[in-house]
Amino acid sequence: MSSISPQQLADVVAEALAAINGATTGDELKQVRTRFVADGSPISVINSTLRDVPADEKAEAGKIVGQARGEINQAFAAREAGILQAEEHARLMTESVDVTAVASRRRVGARHPLNLLMEEMSNIFVGMGWEIAEGPELENEWFNFDALNFDEDHPARAMQDTFFVEPVERHLVLRTHTSPVQIRSLLTRELPVYVVAPGRVYRTDELDATHTPVFHQMEGIAIDKGLTMAHLKGTLEHLARAMFGDGAKIRLRPNYFPFTEPSAELDIWHPTFRGGARWIEWGGCGMVNPNVLRAAGIDPEEYQGFAFGMGIERTLMFRNDVADMHDMVEGDVRFSQQFGMVI
Amino acid sequence: MRIPASQLREWVALPADATPEHLHDALVSVGFEEENVHPNEISGPIVVGEVLEFTPEPQDNGKTIRWCQVRVATSGDDAVRGIVCGAANFEVGDKVVVTLPGSVLPGPFPIAARKTYGHVSDGMIASAKELGLGDEHDGILRLSQMGLDPEVGTDAIELLGLSDFAVEINVTPDRGYAMSIRGVAREYAHATGVAFNDPAAAVTVTAGSGFPVTIDDKTPIRGAVGCTGFVTRVVRGLDRSKRTPAWMIKRLALMGIRSISLPVDISNYVMMELGQPTHTYDLTKLTGGITVRRATKGEKLTTLDEQVRALSEEDLLITDESGPIGLAGVMGGATTEIDDASTDVLIEAATFDPITIARTARRHKLPSEASKRFARGVDPLVSRSAAQRVVDLLVELGSGTADALGTDLVEFEPRPAIHLPADFTAKLIGVDYSVAEIETVLTDIGATTAKAKDGWTVTPPSWRPDLVDAPGLAEEVARIHGYDRIPSAIPVAPPGRGLSRSQAARRRVAQVLAGAGLTEVLAYSFVTTEHNVLFGSVDGTAVPAMTLANALDPSVAQLRRSLLPGILDIATRNVARGLTSLAIYELGSVFQPVGKTGSTVIPVGNVRPDVATLDGLYDSVPAQPWHVSAVFVGPVTTKQPGQTAVPSGLGEAIDAVHAIATAVGVDVEIRQGSHHAFHPGRCAEVFAGDVSVGFAGEVLPSVALSLDLPRVVSALDLNLDALITAAPDHVVATPVLVFPAATQDVSLVVDHAVPAAAVRVAFIDGAGDLLESAHLVDDYRGAGLDDNQKSLTFALRFRATDRTLTQQEATDAKLAGVAVAASRHNATIRE
Repeated sequence: MSSISPQQLADVVAEALAAINGATTGDELKQVRTRFVADGSPISVINSTLRDVPADEKAEAGKIVGQARGEINQAFAAREAGILQAEEHARLMTESVDVTAVASRRRVGARHPLNLLMEEMSNIFVGMGWEIAEGPELENEWFNFDALNFDEDHPARAMQDTFFVEPVERHLVLRTHTSPVQIRSLLTRELPVYVVAPGRVYRTDELDATHTPVFHQMEGIAIDKGLTMAHLKGTLEHLARAMFGDGAKIRLRPNYFPFTEPSAELDIWHPTFRGGARWIEWGGCGMVNPNVLRAAGIDPEEYQGFAFGMGIERTLMFRNDVADMHDMVEGDVRFSQQFGMVI
Repeated sequence: MRIPASQLREWVALPADATPEHLHDALVSVGFEEENVHPNEISGPIVVGEVLEFTPEPQDNGKTIRWCQVRVATSGDDAVRGIVCGAANFEVGDKVVVTLPGSVLPGPFPIAARKTYGHVSDGMIASAKELGLGDEHDGILRLSQMGLDPEVGTDAIELLGLSDFAVEINVTPDRGYAMSIRGVAREYAHATGVAFNDPAAAVTVTAGSGFPVTIDDKTPIRGAVGCTGFVTRVVRGLDRSKRTPAWMIKRLALMGIRSISLPVDISNYVMMELGQPTHTYDLTKLTGGITVRRATKGEKLTTLDEQVRALSEEDLLITDESGPIGLAGVMGGATTEIDDASTDVLIEAATFDPITIARTARRHKLPSEASKRFARGVDPLVSRSAAQRVVDLLVELGSGTADALGTDLVEFEPRPAIHLPADFTAKLIGVDYSVAEIETVLTDIGATTAKAKDGWTVTPPSWRPDLVDAPGLAEEVARIHGYDRIPSAIPVAPPGRGLSRSQAARRRVAQVLAGAGLTEVLAYSFVTTEHNVLFGSVDGTAVPAMTLANALDPSVAQLRRSLLPGILDIATRNVARGLTSLAIYELGSVFQPVGKTGSTVIPVGNVRPDVATLDGLYDSVPAQPWHVSAVFVGPVTTKQPGQTAVPSGLGEAIDAVHAIATAVGVDVEIRQGSHHAFHPGRCAEVFAGDVSVGFAGEVLPSVALSLDLPRVVSALDLNLDALITAAPDHVVATPVLVFPAATQDVSLVVDHAVPAAAVRVAFIDGAGDLLESAHLVDDYRGAGLDDNQKSLTFALRFRATDRTLTQQEATDAKLAGVAVAASRHNATIRE
């Protein structure tokens, strides 16, 4: 039988702690573990002698050996954690990159602002319960002119304004406005009708800073019982405010269009327009001419309504300060990329 | 239409200090859009001077100038000035216009004392052109030419009416009457409430008689006789030395009309004043009476611009016994034109059918001030006043004598009466106008109004052919009382259904492609025939396409069958601008005619066509499906730190196809394809079910190079409508399986020609339900394989619905897949 000497124990612990705390790398710590913590280490050897301790000393001896072991294990664990943390930190530091120069993996795309604008305007009307109507760009003259109260001798039907396709005697034209969608909607939809028709239209203008032979319009038509010019004004005012904010105002001026009577020119005013607060010509509108309703088989004594239309290019020009039409039609990606996904 | 303020002032009371802004504001409020202002930017001192003496001084440059002494005031130190003048058309004693230092001529051109040709010129002697009095610039203006002999020192601005200005307004085509001072003065009165004096009523008409005129229209156009009024008058003994007075030249200049000769100027002046074009013939050159008739086949006329015009049988002619002497309402003939020696003249003031004149003017490309007015409709009752006004001015200004010879032919039925119910205007406009407000407007516009049951019977005035129904009258009430009186109300639409399935799908596709790094563009719809065949046809066989009859560029006259020509053109432009890494896309309509397009007959406009006719109209319009197209050029990403440039290629196009399909919600299948515009080995045909929806691949390198693009360009063009049609209404969900998966690989050796997708489909068919996914991870060719062989390696994932799979079960399923691939494609497993 032998006793365990507290002094010996203290020496073992002191030696082990010195070794543990002296270790600075994972490898050194591994060696320290073999020598001072693992099986065969001095504390482990002392521990194995516990079975030889006399019974009456066993409890006390077990306690102090346990404490000593605990002290060594704790110190080891603490040192191990510290070293791991330091090593992980060092590794992370080596992985640092300049985040301002990270290589990009793909291109960044963009929508065309004319389409974004048409969608935004459409959304305002969809929010009011209106629907979006569509029609072909290559149209029969009847839809583009006759049904809209354009007399066969109306000057707009001359070749200097309208693109005709061959053979001309078969009466196909590139629509000169989105208005043929009006008549198609009235012919095919159930009354009442509240629709907007955004889309591409064509006129025989050469491309310059303010003209393009291919451009876009947004047309609207509402046919119901009891609609008046006040409803036209209210609808356009709502559109103007939804698009430009509460500071926007609209104004109607008398004008002439074959498919409306009365007809009006629509002006918009906003404090933030480029060049200062001012009135800008925005589009045309009016009460639908009874002849248009008759062309769709609608009794003008029972139903009436209003229609309006505006150019999208023009709207983009004064809304977003686009100075030259070329930017909108040339397809230079730098133009769309200024807008990204938002106008 | 330009309106000189001084001329307007003769018929309505303008404020003394009326500005161009004031006139525009008033006219805009009643519907005449502001076009321009034509000010005569002129300021004094500009005075009448008398040439006292001059010395001709030849110069080195070959010119001879005159060093003049000019008296410009009756007294004072500066009464006589030394002025250098380059003109030679004056004599000592001539009264001239002197612009003194400090004055400003239109331009603006400020005048100062300046040293020139060795003298200090203390002002300038002005030409008519420099004063804004027309185009005359051969020499200076001598006031005696204008019949004037004012005192020296008289203010020439006042004397010649030089400070006048004109406002220019746009007259809409329905308001022909406003193409005159008479009409605009009436509208100014509407806008401001001042009294209107009718210039037509200010003329005291004496009818002429005895000059024979026959109207003989055997083929009226659209039921309208070509001529319904023909008034003639004769003036004899004109003194042709009489010049057009300054005030008339000035007003004509402000209206944009050049002074030509007194008789021509008077004719133009009366047209501007009353809206009635008139024509002046040399009476001695006429042979017999006048007949108005349509041209006969093959007939020709030399118009006064010396052009020989081949006439159409629709053209209306003025003829005498010698044959045609004028194209009615459009241009006179050369043979009866007045010249500098003409002293006896016949004045014609006729009423012509608007459609006849419009068609003739268009046919012969002769838009004139006269034809513009006839085409919009001239007041049929103003012809007598207009003829008389010309006579009066020729007598007053040209010292002629009015003759009793003439014609007084005016046929006019009052315009059809319109019933205007009492509540109609309020119901259309949304404003409760009082009875008095409505009646005042109707009276002011010149209509005759009678009370009728529940409203009025309204007869529009002779000059308003545009007023044909109650909305037209309501518009008059609304516009004259002002559109600003109309309140705002928002109508309540019935519940809407939002975007249609197709609209929503197209928006998703556009968003997804932009999100995938592509930039949206919008190309024109016009393409060359070659490009339509190249990109719009699979194998180069000619395809039907629509061709513009009046293309802006005749070489780019077809409507696109494919979006590719337009988007490739845009790619070229970007590359040329140095934007060499490019991914762009477009959604748009293409034009794909099949069979006969269009229709020969167009039904009338104001009645709904019957079902068969309407169906015919719908069917006449060729199919115009929505397509989506994309083009990829240059690297996906350029060289960056730690990363080389990533080239783009076929993969970008195929990825975009999958992105589009996902956005639409449809399954697509990629098959090896063939399209003559694409690389023969790098072209995919895209299918939705069994329907081919388009191609994706690398553009044929020779085509790319011919477009000034790099050799490798990837592209796609898909029929978006077909994709959307093929998409299921809704997704049927399957449960997500959660038992552990078994993963294995399989390598299958097949011939080069067998597409990976086909091998995969065969394998999947054979492996059965346990196979959850088969993903191609390698396509190996080379050592260990025959030259024509490739080894396709798929990563496989198996999973059961109800248990954890054993490796054996997975292996059995795999071998079943291999067996089918072997039977279909001679695949062998590569160990």
